[in-house]
Amino acid sequence: MPSPSSASDKRPPAFALRNLELRFSGAERPVFQNLCLDVVDGEFLSIVGPSGCGKSTLLKMLAGLLMPSGGELNRCSSSADSSSRIGFVFQHPTLLPWRTALDNLLLPLELGPDAGKRRLSRTECEELLLQVGLTAADADKRPSELSGGMQMRLSLARALATGPDVLLLDEPFAAVDDLLRLRLQEDVRQLYERKHLTTILVTHNLHEAVFMSDRVVVLGGSPSKVVDSISVSGPRSRSAEYRQSPAFYNDLRSVTAALFRTPVSGKESGDA
Amino acid sequence: MREILVFVLLVVVWQLTVWVGSIHPVLFPGPAAVATAAWKLRLDLLEATFRTALAAFTGLSISVIVGTLSAFVFSQSTLIRRALYPYAVLLQTIPIIAIAPIVIVSFGRGFFSIALVSSVISLFPIITNTTTGLLQIDPNLLDLFRLNGATRLQTLLKLRVPCSLPFLFSGIRIASGSAIVGAIVGEFFVGSGQPGLGAMIQRKSASLDMAELYATVFTSTALGTLAFAAVSLLGESLLRRRFGMSLGGR
Repeated sequence: MPSPSSASDKRPPAFALRNLELRFSGAERPVFQNLCLDVVDGEFLSIVGPSGCGKSTLLKMLAGLLMPSGGELNRCSSSADSSSRIGFVFQHPTLLPWRTALDNLLLPLELGPDAGKRRLSRTECEELLLQVGLTAADADKRPSELSGGMQMRLSLARALATGPDVLLLDEPFAAVDDLLRLRLQEDVRQLYERKHLTTILVTHNLHEAVFMSDRVVVLGGSPSKVVDSISVSGPRSRSAEYRQSPAFYNDLRSVTAALFRTPVSGKESGDA
Repeated sequence: MREILVFVLLVVVWQLTVWVGSIHPVLFPGPAAVATAAWKLRLDLLEATFRTALAAFTGLSISVIVGTLSAFVFSQSTLIRRALYPYAVLLQTIPIIAIAPIVIVSFGRGFFSIALVSSVISLFPIITNTTTGLLQIDPNLLDLFRLNGATRLQTLLKLRVPCSLPFLFSGIRIASGSAIVGAIVGEFFVGSGQPGLGAMIQRKSASLDMAELYATVFTSTALGTLAFAAVSLLGESLLRRRFGMSLGGR
């Protein structure tokens, strides 16, 4: 049941998954079986696991893009209109090349049966661009005029445009270079700290998972399910220095160990 | 630069062949004879080129309208696509030589028939390219639209149509050359009394005016090349300026 977010420490889960099963038609075995997971409202959760364990598939199910074949998937939203309030960031920026940054940002508001009801002023849009590390001057540029990192930032701003209460990130930094990836990790973490947005990150990068999240969930097995859940002991507010701290390395060690214990799915072992 | 060098080389070899082999000019006129004939016929050729270009342009326009509408229908339903696509392929496999007389008998020996022949031959690439463009959308973008509850119409207008433009333009580019060929074939069958390049080819070959025939054929080729280049240039600049996309080598 929805309750005011300020009520108590015992908040309702943003997602409650019970014995979830997903089977693609024609497939020998299901992708997921007996998958149970609670996502706490307001937490930053990372999902890691060997290649092919269905990390991205799980994220698509949470987004409602894929329907489970069995089990329960409950989404408990604190706001009334829950369905449209998910922000999704893909591995690639997936921007429309013919639209300016501003118009790409506004795209989600133009879609749906109630399109046009929700509006953002130019100032609000520029504010959103600033939040993700772009400038107001970028608003009128086409994606081709933006660098790869800026395109990714714009993609993030677009996900925030509808004012979502859940942000889903599907390996958003996998295609950018190392230095930029570190910067983006810090910026997104700080954005999360400011916005208190339930955030779920799928990544194959354990450093990234530990640095950014409050909890790391390990998927594995065949069919896949949650095999481990490790709380990250890092402070709520994190900067680049946190990467050097012993606490960070301790957490990284336990997540790595958990992943090594994970039964391998498919032919190939994990690349993490 | 290299292309021009090859052209010059070909013309030289051609002229030398005629001189050295002392071939009879009726069988094989040299480039000098062809150039002289072209100069003599310049006004006729210019008018014929204009007529053919107009017929081809009309035919191509019909193809673009019919082709994009068909592609819309094809893209909306797998059932319709499966049922009708074989007939679109059939359209492609019927030789244009066979279609031209049928069209001319049915619709008369006029401009419209010629445009129609041109349209029949240029329709297929536009249908297939545009259908492909409307259907071949980045799955992530489709997910993004689905996630935000986009309606079918919103997805069509805001995503599928703009994404299909490079495909449509490369379809038009392929079709532009075919449209010229179609118009010439149509004119060829209409024959006498028709001022286009096709009728001129027909007259010159009947009267064994080989140098003039060559001149007309080269003019036809030039027109086809020009049409292809013009469509490429127009499409490319429109796509880049208005849509931030490029035509590419599709």
